[in-house]
Amino acid sequence: MIKVSNLSVVFGAGTPLEKRALNGVDLTLEAGEFVSVIGSNGAGKSTLLGAIAGDVLATEGRIEIDGRDVTRQPTARRAALVARVFQDPLAGSCGQLTIEENLAIAAARGTRRGLGLAIGKRRTMLHERVEALGLGLESRLTDKMALLSGGQRQALALVMATLAKSSVLLLDEHTAALDPGMAEFVIHLTDRFVRDFRLTTLMVTHSMRQALDTGTRTVMLHEGRIVLDVSGATRSGMGVEDLVTMFRRKRGKAIDDDELLTS
Amino acid sequence: MSAFAFWGAVEIGLVYAFVGLGVYFSFRVLDFPDLTVDGSFPLGAAVAAMMIIAGINPWLATLAGMIAAGAAGVVTAVLNVRFKILNLLASILTMIALFSVVIRVMHGPNVSLLRRPTMLSPFYGHGVPDYLVRPAFLLVLVVIAVILLARLLASDFGLAMRATGANVRMARAQGIRTDWQVYAGMALSNALVGLAGALFAQTNGFADVTTGTGTIVIGLAAVIVGETLIRLRGVVFALIACVVGSVLYHIAIQVALEADVLGLQASDLKLVTAVLVTLALILPRLRRGARA
Repeated sequence: MIKVSNLSVVFGAGTPLEKRALNGVDLTLEAGEFVSVIGSNGAGKSTLLGAIAGDVLATEGRIEIDGRDVTRQPTARRAALVARVFQDPLAGSCGQLTIEENLAIAAARGTRRGLGLAIGKRRTMLHERVEALGLGLESRLTDKMALLSGGQRQALALVMATLAKSSVLLLDEHTAALDPGMAEFVIHLTDRFVRDFRLTTLMVTHSMRQALDTGTRTVMLHEGRIVLDVSGATRSGMGVEDLVTMFRRKRGKAIDDDELLTS
Repeated sequence: MSAFAFWGAVEIGLVYAFVGLGVYFSFRVLDFPDLTVDGSFPLGAAVAAMMIIAGINPWLATLAGMIAAGAAGVVTAVLNVRFKILNLLASILTMIALFSVVIRVMHGPNVSLLRRPTMLSPFYGHGVPDYLVRPAFLLVLVVIAVILLARLLASDFGLAMRATGANVRMARAQGIRTDWQVYAGMALSNALVGLAGALFAQTNGFADVTTGTGTIVIGLAAVIVGETLIRLRGVVFALIACVVGSVLYHIAIQVALEADVLGLQASDLKLVTAVLVTLALILPRLRRGARA
């Protein structure tokens, strides 16, 4: 379970460029929930993900993962609880290392990394997991990661994220850099993994379609605040048009609120 | 070239193979341009030599030299990781500080090890000429080192170190404490260079503070010459390439200096080194250019 309470993140505090990226966000994810996050550029989607992952430090508020307060923990400390896939397919793996080496690094997430052989004991398991992708990459396990396409790397990044246990899976627009075909493959794979491994997932996306089609709940961020939170029957009855309308209304309202405050 | 000169070149090449391996860890594995080695080479030599002179077992003395040099690597790593000093500058600071430290350790700029027991002493005088005993002994050490380092790089710990150098963001996201990986890698890298220094002192019979100058270039030469010649995948081949590169480089230097047609003298060594490393650096580029 993830519990974000009153989370605020301010960049460049006290300078003329001060930017309040998150402004008192409250968000609780029950175990097994798959939440998609939408919002326009600068709404705070990536900052929210970064704050949960540990890349961005909270200015105020508190982040709990499975009851543990991780607010002040650096990224590497909380990585035992957090699995991630980045937007940039090159960011999630090491191009100079082979496919199986990258997978072995991910499989050891959350464990003490000792002097035992990294691949030996995991070879069969890694082979099976890559074979299950159906991309034919199981015959290329000793190829360098850099030789693969962005889509192949992103599919493997998803496998990497599910090799070790995690309390939450963070997906940061992980299909945005892919061609439409590969993006669809990766989103189906995401769906399958989240179901098969019962993952608690937070997915940032640009696509309203994707936000409604995948997951169990959709949250909209605007100017660092959660302005919409739908799930269940309300959500399943919604189309992209409804979402856009709500988005416009909320945005308009937010602007109105701000005007009231400043006038 | 005489057999004596040839085996002499092989011997010095095998000593510097450890520098090549050390530089491979800093430059290639950690992506940390580390000039500390110019100081950790004579530091390893000085510590080992002084302990041998004090009557301590040469193997223990060599180990102490490695530990001292490894500590120097940690100093550089802390300056960079903890205090955010640019990696190259951090290593230069440690390097120049070590110049003074080494002179302190030896109570002067150099010491002699003539007629002192060394790691090699038990192997002399069994009918094999000394100029062959030395490279044979060094080759055994190098092979052991390559096996141990290859095994290390294939472990979970080793992969974490390679990930730290290759993609630090990914490494952190995978729970790797990258700061500690840099400390460990820099300690290992400089310990290997310290070992080279200790072996240099024992095979040549002296330790001298000025032997450190240009160590980094010779180490890089070994790495780059090896990489240019051995283009096989995998870290094992990369490590072997460091060793082969170091030996071939020293033979090439010997040939260049002995060839009368070139009219070179011993003091041209640094220039020849620079030219050889430059050639090794631009050759792959030229080859690629020709293909394109």
